[in-house]
Amino acid sequence: MRRLHLGTEGVLALIILGLGVVLSLTTENFLTVQNLFDLLNNQSVNMIFAAGLVVVLIAGGIDISFAVAASVVQYVVMTLLISIGGGNWLFGIALSMAIGTLLGLFNALLIYRFRIVSIIVTIATFNLYFGLLMVFTGGVSIYDVPDWLYYAVPLIDLPATRGSATLYLPVAVMAVISLATGFILTRTGFGRAIYGFGSSPEAARRSGVRVGLIHAFAYGWLGMCAGVAGLMQAHIVQEVVPNALIGQELPILAAVVLGGATLGGGRGSVTGALLGVLLLAVVQNGLNLLGVTPYAFRMIVGFIILAAITCSNLDKLLPQRAMAREARS
Amino acid sequence: MGDIALRADHVSKVFGHSRVLDDVSFELRRGEVLCLAGENGCGKSTLIKILNGVHAPEAGAVFSFGDDTAIGHITPREARARGIHVIWQDLALFAHLSVAENIVFDDYVANPMRPLSYRAARQQAREVIERLGVQLDPDTRVEELSIARRQLVAIARVLRAGARIIFMDEPTASLTRNEVRTLLDLTRALSAQGISIVFVSHRLAEVLAVCQRVTVLRNGKLVGTYPTEGMTQARLSQLMTGQELNLVPRQTAPSGEPVLELRGLSRRGEFEDVSLTLNRGEILGLTGLLGAGRTELAHVVFGMTQPTAGEMRMHGKRLTLRSNRDAIRHGIAYVSEDRLNLGLVQSQSINMNTAVTVLGELEKPRGFLAPWRVRALTAEWIRRLGTKVSDAELAVSSLSGGNQQRVVIAKWLATKPEVLILDCPTVGVDIGAKAGIFEIIRQLADDGMAIILISDEAGEIWMNADRVIVLREGRVSQELTPADTTEESLEEIINA
Ligand SMILES: Nc1ncnc2c1ncn2[C@@H]1O[C@H](COP(=O)(O)OP(=O)(O)OP(=O)(O)O)[C@@H](O)[C@H]1O
Ligand SMILES: [Mg+2]
Repeated sequence: MRRLHLGTEGVLALIILGLGVVLSLTTENFLTVQNLFDLLNNQSVNMIFAAGLVVVLIAGGIDISFAVAASVVQYVVMTLLISIGGGNWLFGIALSMAIGTLLGLFNALLIYRFRIVSIIVTIATFNLYFGLLMVFTGGVSIYDVPDWLYYAVPLIDLPATRGSATLYLPVAVMAVISLATGFILTRTGFGRAIYGFGSSPEAARRSGVRVGLIHAFAYGWLGMCAGVAGLMQAHIVQEVVPNALIGQELPILAAVVLGGATLGGGRGSVTGALLGVLLLAVVQNGLNLLGVTPYAFRMIVGFIILAAITCSNLDKLLPQRAMAREARS
Repeated sequence: MGDIALRADHVSKVFGHSRVLDDVSFELRRGEVLCLAGENGCGKSTLIKILNGVHAPEAGAVFSFGDDTAIGHITPREARARGIHVIWQDLALFAHLSVAENIVFDDYVANPMRPLSYRAARQQAREVIERLGVQLDPDTRVEELSIARRQLVAIARVLRAGARIIFMDEPTASLTRNEVRTLLDLTRALSAQGISIVFVSHRLAEVLAVCQRVTVLRNGKLVGTYPTEGMTQARLSQLMTGQELNLVPRQTAPSGEPVLELRGLSRRGEFEDVSLTLNRGEILGLTGLLGAGRTELAHVVFGMTQPTAGEMRMHGKRLTLRSNRDAIRHGIAYVSEDRLNLGLVQSQSINMNTAVTVLGELEKPRGFLAPWRVRALTAEWIRRLGTKVSDAELAVSSLSGGNQQRVVIAKWLATKPEVLILDCPTVGVDIGAKAGIFEIIRQLADDGMAIILISDEAGEIWMNADRVIVLREGRVSQELTPADTTEESLEEIINA
């Protein structure tokens, strides 16, 4: 068991690499810097979501409202920015973070105050946010985004076989958020207390862990990540479409679960979550290249989530088996 | 020795309409091991919770700590600050975190923002583990440890937090013989370091072996505090129950025709080639150290797992059990070892928990569930088992540990099975109730039920079984009759 746990991230990296090799055999030039950069550019939004979601999963909760929350943030931020005449990157990001955090805190409040299961709360807020968004926007998209948001911001430019390989701003934002999340989770007592709370809420409560604070942080942090992800997505596609992000929540959940988080809480890591996103992306890419219908991807996502639920139940049996083994030895 | 570590006077507690503690005084000296003894539901756990600030006592209580402070109640934070800690029965550990992280977890709570070092955590964990004098790898995840080792982690954790007083509520209930011995040694070692320990156990032999004094409660009232020197188990149980118990070995009844036969039954990795016959009206003791395959064998007979070789026969006909439903249909019932987790729905009422196995029966003949029939059934079992219940409509979680166990036993007895497997039925049950439970078991056998009694308490097997099968490492190592041996030699055989 131990060996397996230690290796979740390593195993994922190996699988991604293996798939890369296989795909480069079937389609030429898959393993190139250019493709790697493209993958990161394309997946940075999902990875920001994943870095936030893994915190909630570790705390033993679940959230499916974050993608819709990101859409709400996009719309609100863009409307505000346009009304004040444009703004800039710093202001845009700060505003997105603030509104995203508020939406996340609303989930935390409901979960903590009224002791409702997180999945129920976030199904409700998913519908609430989506409904509000559609009612207020009438489903109309925003196309004239501010200039600073409109133009891509290249960060790293490497010469490559065909033209050049470029990394853009969203990748850097993703890196900063992931590092910050990882630091909090593994390098502060508060982060370890989140693991502890997810592992055994009752034990954490008795140890004096402030449960409300853990909830507020987990959902607030995911909300903040979602806000930033929303802004980045608007930046990449250069428009705000109210329902553009809907449906992203489950593949991201599946990715985070692939990365070693469980629905039971207490487990998972940012690295794992990011690798999970990449793995799913490579799989999806591979399916496209092989000409398989896109619905096959949804099938895989569904399968992963099912497997995760089954495993988190299996998990409850495992310690007992381990104990029986130890007792006998 | 001699000076006071913790003193509480006039402690009372009322839950709803029942007065659970009534003007109890409690005194703990520095460096002593004190036992809290009393029947199930007499208020031991409640007293511990009050002394740790989990519950507030009624007005009038006075706490003091060997200095000049005297306060009316104590908050959890204050208890921690004064070095008062509890090893809860569920241990309150974090299964997914490593041993080291569990040990330093209180730092995480106290200084959430301080950047942390795993190396320092590991180092500090090693230090306390060393101080405990046990073997524990700081990097193992707690979920991979046995209960006994988890308990060591919990003890290490409170030591690290600067514990000067440690309460342990039934720490030995889920341990094997050897593990109990280790824990008792550890307890003595800690008290030699000047740490005061309050110990709760229903196994009186342990109590007398490890404690210097014993505080006895009965029905929420203090009976008194006595030195264990010169105290006997009989005297102690008399203090606890207020009456004299005379335990007599079971008079072996002539056994009837075979009900259940196992032929060369094996399950790979668990037990091998077990053959035995269980007769009508017989109590068959199945014993051996934990891990000898007792529980695993019971799981196969109850259809929860499948044998890999051999066969079972019931009334001479071959018996194949695909699931425990099959087993229940064939009249086999199993009171599991892990009753608190597997046996009860904690949030449901005592009534529903008792009736759940026989709902189908209770609905006959009209096809609806009459609440009064459920209540009558529960009332009957509460009476027969002597369960201490104030209102059977309350959730099972409101009962004391020992009384919850009686509810599980009642629930299976209600199915009137032909074959009843009892897996350590008296763990955590007080001495008076133990006698009560065995009286019922004997009565059931006399009425024709075939009973398999799994236990590692040589005493109760010797007193109650007609025949004993000793398992060792998954094989039958001996079969004997209690009448032909003494309790002591049976004890030796089990632990050999
Ligand atoms: N929260 C509660 N609400 C109502 N009644 C309670 C509550 N907690 C305990 N009780 C009752 O108080 C009494 C004392 O319980 P307590 O748990 O202290 O017993 P105990 O001496 O520890 O017994 P055991 O040996 O069985 O563990 C019991 O009758 C129990 O039902
Ligand atoms: Mg108790």
